[in-house]
Amino acid sequence: MNKTADPLPAVQAEQLTKHYGETIAVAGISFSLAQGSVTGLLGGNGAGKTTTIGMMMGLVAPTAGWVKVLGADMEKEPYRVLHRINLESPYVDLPHRLTVRQNLLVFAMLYEVADVAARIARLAADLALTEFIDRPAGKLSAGQKTRVALAKALINEPEILILDEPTASLDPDTADWVRTHLERYRERRGASILLASHNMSEVERLCDRVIMMKLGQIVDDDTPEGLLARYGRSTLEEVFLDVARNRRQPADEPAKEAAS
Amino acid sequence: MSTTSPAFSPRRVAAMVLRHFYLLRSSWPRLLEIVYWPAVQMTMWGFLQIGIAPQAGVLAQAASTFLAAFLLWDILFRGQLGFSMSFLEEMWSRNMPNLMISPLRPLEFVLQLIVMGTVRMAIGLVPVTFLAILFFGFNFWSLGFALAAFFANLLLTSWAVGMFCSGLVLRNGLGAEGLTWSLMFIFLPLTCVYYPVSTLPAWLQPIAWALPPTSVFEGMRALMLEQTFRADLMVWAFALNVLWIAAASVAFTMLLNSARRAGSLIQVGE
Repeated sequence: MNKTADPLPAVQAEQLTKHYGETIAVAGISFSLAQGSVTGLLGGNGAGKTTTIGMMMGLVAPTAGWVKVLGADMEKEPYRVLHRINLESPYVDLPHRLTVRQNLLVFAMLYEVADVAARIARLAADLALTEFIDRPAGKLSAGQKTRVALAKALINEPEILILDEPTASLDPDTADWVRTHLERYRERRGASILLASHNMSEVERLCDRVIMMKLGQIVDDDTPEGLLARYGRSTLEEVFLDVARNRRQPADEPAKEAAS
Repeated sequence: MSTTSPAFSPRRVAAMVLRHFYLLRSSWPRLLEIVYWPAVQMTMWGFLQIGIAPQAGVLAQAASTFLAAFLLWDILFRGQLGFSMSFLEEMWSRNMPNLMISPLRPLEFVLQLIVMGTVRMAIGLVPVTFLAILFFGFNFWSLGFALAAFFANLLLTSWAVGMFCSGLVLRNGLGAEGLTWSLMFIFLPLTCVYYPVSTLPAWLQPIAWALPPTSVFEGMRALMLEQTFRADLMVWAFALNVLWIAAASVAFTMLLNSARRAGSLIQVGE
């Protein structure tokens, strides 16, 4: 497991709960993400992943419990750390009529990036945006849009990067290339990454820890290897299906230190 | 990356103004739309004024204020619409969550809307005031210092209403978008844009006087018909505007917090 003795976890949630009327979106989950870790957040539709991410980013107020990012309570003091984190999500878009360069410039200014031109040039080179950097964001292909959204999420070189389906609309070659970029970014920056994905091979490759959610609860929490061993499976996809369909129980209890 | 972020940053406000500048520069239909309706309305009121002017008596006197009333009304309406349109652009483009997770503070967010609302209003109205001189011989700018007082008070009201409407859309999604277009029209009869407050029934007059623009329109008529600048009305309007801005700020903050509780910010839409 990745939980370390670091007194300041990247993310720490305690009895984090969200109700929408009678609907329980997140049911009192607790977890802690170590700095520098890459954690996969898995679960079927309606499992509570997006709501959990929303609470981590300060977009959604918890009904009960709390979540701290780099020590800041995201309900009470989000502006202490918002400049140090970022998010890429399919639920969010960039202004369509602005070019890629204009969008990145605006967000670089919002995040008070010091050398804006150099940062944009580097992102354009790293994510191969140069070819269409002066094209309106709304006229890009799905794959290009995903890369631009990733560039926006990296504009402030975040210490914590939250990615919701970052390679969902990419062809296998580009998706692989993006994963490589994320691995390099993590190594270079020492960043913590939380990855919500339905691509199990991506999770196996990138993540050193997997949190599985179902019906608003954490139902398992382990390393990818640990999950495979305990469920007796050869791929995370099979483990995911076991959890989603209640097909098979793990051999042992999930790691106690992180699961709720 | 720095471990601190300033509580207020002019650079972040400038970033948002730049974002809207890029948008307007890239879209001539948006620019045309801003100018089109004020020009059409000014033309209609201009011809009405010409048509009624030869009549004798009170009607002709009232008609002489129509163009000024229309232009002042459009400062109010366009000011709010410019504010709200800049806000709605973020909702339509699904960019709002990006802004809400950025270091942009609510005060900075509102300030850039104020700047852009004023810019949009100026783009729509300044050319129209020159058309009024050209076609109808009415020089809006000749109101001088009084115009500055009218302008400031109307803009303050437009920001208050714009803030309230934006809060409603944040909380309720684009299903509440219609209110940003229509809410201001309740002011049209109640603030006595084209007729004196004394026209209203006695029970409605206190309500009218509680609306800041009423004092502006009444002040405009005093200036144009009696050549008297009513400073007392401007002070009253300003005092009301301070209250309105404060109330709108509280309402915006409450609606934003309510949107966070309802989860409306994570998936913007209807």
